[in-house]
Amino acid sequence: MNITPELLDQHNISESEYERIKDLLGREPSFTELGIFSVMWSEHCSYKSSKIHLRRLPTEGECLVQGPGENAGIVDIGDGWCAAFKIESHNHPSFIEPYQGAATGVGGILRDIFTMGARPVAAMNSLRFGPIRDEDAKDDESRKVVQRNRRIMAGVVKGLGDYGNAFGVPTVGGEVWFSDCYSLNPLVNAFALGLVRREQIFYGKAEGIGNSVIYVGAKTGRDGIHGATMASAEFDEAAMEKRPTVQVGDPFAEKLLLEACLEAMRDGAIVGIQDMGAAGLTSSSCEMGARAGTGIEINLDLVPQRETGMTAYEMMLSESQERMLIVSEVGRERQVLEIFQRWDLDAVIIGRVTDDQRLRVVHKGVVVADIPNIALTDEAPRYDRPQTAIHINNDDVAPGIAEELKKLETEFVGGCLTEVLRRLLVSPNLASKEWVYRQYDHMVRTNSVVLPGSDAAVIRVKETRRSLAMSLDANARYCRLNPREGARLAVAESARNIVCSGARPLAVTNCLNFASPERPEIMRSFSETIDGMADACRTFGTPVTGGNVSFYNETEGRGVYPTPVIGMLGVIEEARDATTQWFSEPGDSVLLLGRTGNDLGASELLSELTGLETGAVPKLDLKTEKSVQDTCLEAIGAGLVRSAHDCSDGGLAVALAECCFSSYRRDALGARIDLDAHAEVSGIGDAATLLFAESPSRIIISASPENVPAIEELASKFGVACLRIGEVGGGNLTVSLNGANLIDASVSSFETAWRSALSFHLDRPTQMAAD
Amino acid sequence: MKFGVVVFPGSNCDHDTYHVVSKVIGQPVDFIWHKEEQVDRYDAIILPGGFSYGDYLRSGAIARFSPVMRSIKQFAQDGGLVMGICNGFQILCEAGLLPGALLRNRDLKFICEHVNIRVERTDTAFTTAYESGQVLSIPIAHGEGNYFCDQRTLDELEGEGRVIFRYCDASGRVTDEANPNGSLNNIAGICNRERNVIGLMPHPERAAESLLGSSDGRGVFLSMADSLREMIKLRA
Repeated sequence: MNITPELLDQHNISESEYERIKDLLGREPSFTELGIFSVMWSEHCSYKSSKIHLRRLPTEGECLVQGPGENAGIVDIGDGWCAAFKIESHNHPSFIEPYQGAATGVGGILRDIFTMGARPVAAMNSLRFGPIRDEDAKDDESRKVVQRNRRIMAGVVKGLGDYGNAFGVPTVGGEVWFSDCYSLNPLVNAFALGLVRREQIFYGKAEGIGNSVIYVGAKTGRDGIHGATMASAEFDEAAMEKRPTVQVGDPFAEKLLLEACLEAMRDGAIVGIQDMGAAGLTSSSCEMGARAGTGIEINLDLVPQRETGMTAYEMMLSESQERMLIVSEVGRERQVLEIFQRWDLDAVIIGRVTDDQRLRVVHKGVVVADIPNIALTDEAPRYDRPQTAIHINNDDVAPGIAEELKKLETEFVGGCLTEVLRRLLVSPNLASKEWVYRQYDHMVRTNSVVLPGSDAAVIRVKETRRSLAMSLDANARYCRLNPREGARLAVAESARNIVCSGARPLAVTNCLNFASPERPEIMRSFSETIDGMADACRTFGTPVTGGNVSFYNETEGRGVYPTPVIGMLGVIEEARDATTQWFSEPGDSVLLLGRTGNDLGASELLSELTGLETGAVPKLDLKTEKSVQDTCLEAIGAGLVRSAHDCSDGGLAVALAECCFSSYRRDALGARIDLDAHAEVSGIGDAATLLFAESPSRIIISASPENVPAIEELASKFGVACLRIGEVGGGNLTVSLNGANLIDASVSSFETAWRSALSFHLDRPTQMAAD
Repeated sequence: MKFGVVVFPGSNCDHDTYHVVSKVIGQPVDFIWHKEEQVDRYDAIILPGGFSYGDYLRSGAIARFSPVMRSIKQFAQDGGLVMGICNGFQILCEAGLLPGALLRNRDLKFICEHVNIRVERTDTAFTTAYESGQVLSIPIAHGEGNYFCDQRTLDELEGEGRVIFRYCDASGRVTDEANPNGSLNNIAGICNRERNVIGLMPHPERAAESLLGSSDGRGVFLSMADSLREMIKLRA
């Protein structure tokens, strides 16, 4: 076949990249080889624009067993047990086909976990959609967009739920956030965590020359061809034509694959194993060879096929789901095959490990590809793409907010701030996410100690006395205004969430969602994000164990905000020390660790009142943050704390309200709060700032009154401001300043509004307008 | 005394159920592979939750044809204790061991949450540890749990005291608001005429340890163990 510029263009291969391919091969590539290069050199598989930056992330730590570069990161959690965990994006497919796109995102990340020998025990997800409220639409066009956003959200949530529920992994937590920029670019990031004995970890290595290469799992079809390439380009109006590149998930097949793989691994006949994810057969074979310094030769005639007449090109690029590549010791293949047959799964020897460090593919007796592994992996292009200075927003937002509040005051005489709090509580970003997580089985495997709805999810590890806490966090609004600070704030919040649940932060995974890296300002924000993350991760001693970069999240020239999602893992030494965010005993004292700053910039309040997303992001001092977290963790460890809740989006007022009523199985409890002393120690007199500023490094604690002195003593040891600001009890949340009530309303009325807000927007009958 | 937990392809609460029987109530238990045809060495068999065969057709519709189901039918006829939880309940209905069917939830969504159920009868081998009218907090997690049957069957179930659990509010009132999925008469669990086969949608194995928020479901397993002890004593 003649390789024309049009063909290269279709494969997203630049002219200079093509020259490099010819150099590496010493000849022109075949059509199949061109396809192989195009997926392996795609942004999605090669990290060609991000690699030089990712190196700046800290990847060393005592707990670390496996850092970036494998299918998942692994950390030691004690007693010989390890946790394998990772997060991955499935943004592009989820926009084109929300249900299957999201479902296969879960499938992919689960395979990444069990390919390491770990049984998946928890899943989470981080989701971002365009606006879903009627009032977000101004005209017919935007009404259509809102309706489509609702359908995308409903489809994604159902897809994530159906896959995880059937597979049997609890979806224990996550986050959902809305903004205009996600209307044509929803973000779907799926996280999974599994447990494995340290000595039973498996790697994606094709070791042992002469060993057999076994294909297991579902048959190969034409679905998902060029999925990775699709995920490496921006969308235009023809995006919907790419629907055939989205794969179809089968959680039942995946469940069988899991059980069969774990059984075969225990059996000892497996040398190496890798999931066929993006770029399917291609990436699994060349990566396994590259990691072991060996080669792999496969015969495509032997590959189980779902349809007839598939070409070598199609088979090598298919992204059919629920498939794995296994290297088995020669002479012990039968053992492996028998286990898979017992589970009614295909298992076929399709090739062998060679000594020439090449990927060789034979089809119908002809060698259709013969490529040095290294050309597809280490020698893939790497770019230091141009960057340009970005503007860091420092607008003063206070006058705008004051003006809006003044308008409200005339409408809600005497209760304006109560009304503002109510509006924030029903805003989709802050409202209860029950509508979402109720559709996820979050209890299967009977380990869920803290269910969705608290700062972090907690699962026990049955085999030990420990529990694991995990949380996903991002604040894209901050990152858009100031990428470096936004990234630091996200890591800090993630660690704070972990600490509030009583856990010691251990390690981090991340999913970096950005627009096109070919735009210099995007590349700069990416680079800044890395530096911000690195800085914060060092402070908390949490190495980055891996993750995923998703570029080209833009459609018709509009990109998403920089959205780095941080997934943090923590350990609780005694399972029963897990702490939740809600008040539980009337009469308990309410304490606030930390100070409030002048941080209304980029806040939910600003966005909700004025529709603006501007201003300086909250100021974060990492040393203070660490001290606040240390105080909280030590207090929990000493058994002094009844509840702990991080103050973040929506500020102190929203956090206090959540403490009152976010428990899923307990009646709401009121609280009487007085902010006089806190205002003084913070040097802030403005009521709106005290209530709604999103200053980091603050934690609300409730504790039995007799434990208050001990907590205060701990705080002073760490040099942390710690004030008793009120008491739990009654049916109202009352917040006063200088003798006047800023907020006073029944918590049950708040709770009803907060709990039903998402359902109100999503469960109404919508016209299924064709668009 | 020996419990068996059936493993269908796609079962996913098998480990959880096994864990509760072996670790929480401390009784001997084995997994039973779906291709097995001999189950007479067991005294009680539990069909766990999950998505047998993917449940792509209709929940439980394929599993009823598993080789193991033939022997379980015989086992039930011989008076052995059989409990179906969630997908297990669906399979028992499909297999004709229990009457009725489980339709899609009223709001067409999968629902996972803690609900309250009221113990209607304590005269089954599965509920002796409870008081009649006791309210239990036990989670549900299903997309198809909306119990349905024809009027005659419903009259029979009610008339013969075969409705064992009913969805209710925290104070035990059976209301429409407390019905999560639209089940007829708020039915959460029923038994057969001989009272040795029970099916329920809530997951007692998920509410057997206080660390997980509720231990109200433990009574189901304790009742079974107690009943088996009695049965074994009688047999001896």
